[in-house]
Amino acid sequence: MVDYLWMIPAVPLGASLVILSLSNARRKSATALAVIGQVLALAMSVLAFAATLQVPGFRAVRNFTWFTFGEQTLRLGSVLDPLAAAMLVMITLVGLWIFVFSVGYMAEDKNFTRFFAYLSFFSGAMLGLVIANSLLLLFIFWELVGLASYLLIGFWIERPGAAAAAKKAFITTRIGDMGFFLGMLWLYGRSGTLLFYDGGNGCLENGGLAMLGTSPAVAGFIALLIFCGAAGKSGQFPLHVWLPDAMEGPTPVSALIHAATMVAAGVFLVARVYPLFLLGAINGVTSSLTVVVWIGVTTALMAALIAIAQEDIKRILAYSTISQLGLMMVSLGVGGVAAGIMHLLTHGFFKALLFLGAGSVIHGCHGEQDIRKMGGLRGLMPVTFVTYAIGMMALSGVPLFFSGGWTKEEILHATAHWPRSHAPYYLMLAGVVLTALYMTRQIIYVFFGNPRAAAERAHESPRVMTMPLIVLALCAIFLSVVLTPAWPWLHAYLTGEPVRFEITRLLQPMLFISLAVVGAGIGVGIWIYRKAGVPDRDRPAEIDPLEYAQPGLFRFLANKMWIDEFYEGTVVAFSWIGARFSDWMDRYFWDGLVRGFGAIGQLFGTFTASVDERGINAGVDETTAGTRGLGRVISAAHSGQIQTYLGAIAIGMLALLLLYAWLA
Amino acid sequence: MTPSLQVFLIVSAAVFSIGLLAALSRRHAIFILIGIEMMLAAANLNFIAFWRFNPQPKQPIGVMIALFAIAIAAAEAAVGLALVIAVYRHYRTTNVDQLDQLKG
Amino acid sequence: MNGLAFILIAIVTVAAALAAATLRSLMHAALSFAVALVGIAAFFFLLGAEFVGLALVFIYIGAVAVLIVFTILLTRRDVGKTRGFKWGGAIVAAAVFGGLIWSILKTQSLAIVAPHMPGLTVKQIGATLMTTYVWPLLCVGVLLTAALIGALILVIEEKR
Repeated sequence: MVDYLWMIPAVPLGASLVILSLSNARRKSATALAVIGQVLALAMSVLAFAATLQVPGFRAVRNFTWFTFGEQTLRLGSVLDPLAAAMLVMITLVGLWIFVFSVGYMAEDKNFTRFFAYLSFFSGAMLGLVIANSLLLLFIFWELVGLASYLLIGFWIERPGAAAAAKKAFITTRIGDMGFFLGMLWLYGRSGTLLFYDGGNGCLENGGLAMLGTSPAVAGFIALLIFCGAAGKSGQFPLHVWLPDAMEGPTPVSALIHAATMVAAGVFLVARVYPLFLLGAINGVTSSLTVVVWIGVTTALMAALIAIAQEDIKRILAYSTISQLGLMMVSLGVGGVAAGIMHLLTHGFFKALLFLGAGSVIHGCHGEQDIRKMGGLRGLMPVTFVTYAIGMMALSGVPLFFSGGWTKEEILHATAHWPRSHAPYYLMLAGVVLTALYMTRQIIYVFFGNPRAAAERAHESPRVMTMPLIVLALCAIFLSVVLTPAWPWLHAYLTGEPVRFEITRLLQPMLFISLAVVGAGIGVGIWIYRKAGVPDRDRPAEIDPLEYAQPGLFRFLANKMWIDEFYEGTVVAFSWIGARFSDWMDRYFWDGLVRGFGAIGQLFGTFTASVDERGINAGVDETTAGTRGLGRVISAAHSGQIQTYLGAIAIGMLALLLLYAWLA
Repeated sequence: MTPSLQVFLIVSAAVFSIGLLAALSRRHAIFILIGIEMMLAAANLNFIAFWRFNPQPKQPIGVMIALFAIAIAAAEAAVGLALVIAVYRHYRTTNVDQLDQLKG
Repeated sequence: MNGLAFILIAIVTVAAALAAATLRSLMHAALSFAVALVGIAAFFFLLGAEFVGLALVFIYIGAVAVLIVFTILLTRRDVGKTRGFKWGGAIVAAAVFGGLIWSILKTQSLAIVAPHMPGLTVKQIGATLMTTYVWPLLCVGVLLTAALIGALILVIEEKR
């Protein structure tokens, strides 16, 4: 199976190329190609997943040589193990339903075929990323995914906001990718290979890790450099600023790329190169992992706080994504790799569900995105409401029926047992409260109360859009079957341990704590926002209750803690100065140098020309004139008169005669 | 007195020189031809003189040479005069000073 | 040989030759040329080569001199006024004459007396021509033909 693994990304990439060659009018062909490509990829992913079930801790690798330079070879390859297989299934399954949703959502857009070409391209690139067995190959697909994100964020090219957001996303992730690239180079220089698993010599295996030296400092630095790339791609503080702006793209794009899959690539990368982080660990703790934990904590809390004060339905979900990604990073940092990946998988499902639901709401409200102008959609869009509520509960972490609850549980469990400090545990508990709080706020604003403004004319979305919502909601629920502590199948699958079914494990004290925390969060949310959107005592209708209570704090959070403005004033301004300086240098200094050299060349040319003109030419001219003169002189002897010739003959003969006579 | 070979040779040299004089110093083309014929006749005289004063009993070499020279001289005179006529027709002059197309 | 005859013939020949070289009138010069040729023929008779002498008279005087006269007649047209005598040519001729005389007098082997010689008959000349000198004879025949044709071509006027 691992030999055919390369076909999984190849099929959607090929479909993308074919769709690009179609004209704009052939919508049905584009849809068919994209969806069929995705279905084929899903089928092959399921086959690959089945192949990994044979033995616990399955890992199959297929490497090939790309090219050789001198005596070194550059080898790439693909790997099939539980991590890759689970990601493959999640990406293709979620992707397929998002494709279906897009058919309805983008029906009125005139660039329909281009959209599906880009979606297929992204799908292929993301699939290639998860099966890569070489850090270089992963980086190649990493960049391709970044390109797809750029193309899709800026899909509505005529909107200046979208173009600016696409540029911001690309540049911000580029900063992270620079660290990634440096780490990659350092790793290659030290260990001589970029393959992850290579029969014991891969850079993640003992052979490769041994080349990194006895002190864990080198491995730690390399890991942190690679983490820079992960932080950029997964929107960790301080490189998170591109994700909220990326909401300028169409909602299916936000669902697929900026919720379920691409942003997950950073977390996936950390899980993939985890042995680098873990080298030299004492009790499972290293400096690099500690950095990861604290950055994740900061990100999670900061984003959750900002989300409370946003009024755009997609921005709330964007900050929620950032917060959840921070939570996943925390989980990876404290050692709960399987827990973090499980949350990644479930997050993919319910976040995509939430975004698609938001898309349905936007479509139903005819393009309105401000939650203060919605309301009462519970009755007008019932399917959307039910599925959205399921997603919200999964995100908030309501246990028992919702997969998100179980995975969040696992993460909290892991953070509670971190030897270094218990602060992340308490802070993440606070994060859980905040998550429940802002999600409750959003649901109340959008679906409860009386319809306001745009919501009055709302209608339910067509079936092609509600079907994916239903499917994803069902997935969000039924995934919990394999996630419960009573039968932690997914956890065991990912870590390669044997699994047992024990119902008693269901009753743990931590379960009740998290139940209480989530309940508290939802309760507080309901209590604060129960009258949101309607006038209440002195508060006018359109002012948020929290804003009324704490205007300063609210404004601070609503303006995203002024981080964007801070960057604008420092980093962006600095690069502006640098750019202007470079421009000046190029225009005056380098150009001047070049022109100076050109002038020197010209001087030489003029000098040579004058030498040629006056010296050589004149010399040649004089010589020819002299020769001509001499010729003229000599030709005077040829008078053309025969008597002269005859006389000359006579004299010559006389001379010979005299010579003969004298000699004889 | 019997003249010696030297005397004959001197006379022949004199006629030869006079022929050369005629060829070199007159402007008319025909004079040049006259001069040339005179030079040829003088050379014939030379040959006959040498033959007479040193005879070969078997072969009259000198006489033969003179005979052939006379024949050739006649041919040459004919062609030369034809040339003069052709030139006269074309250039309307027999002044060799004006016939210098080969100048330079 | 008679010394007196020699001297007479010599004087006539040289005088006629000089006249032919220096006379202003072309006709007079041509006629003096003929007289000079007569003198040379007389010399040939004196030297015992009677056949060559007669050949000279017939060919040179009878053909060449007449041809010259005809050509003079054909190319008349104010050309009698050939003025100017080029003294450069005279100097060259004098130099050649001087050189020849010097080389003749210098060579001692030339001061010999004519030996006795039997007469040369025409029969002998004819036999020699046809046997030893047959190839040169044929070549001269070809040469004369070529000269004849060439001279004709040179003077033929093209039909317009």
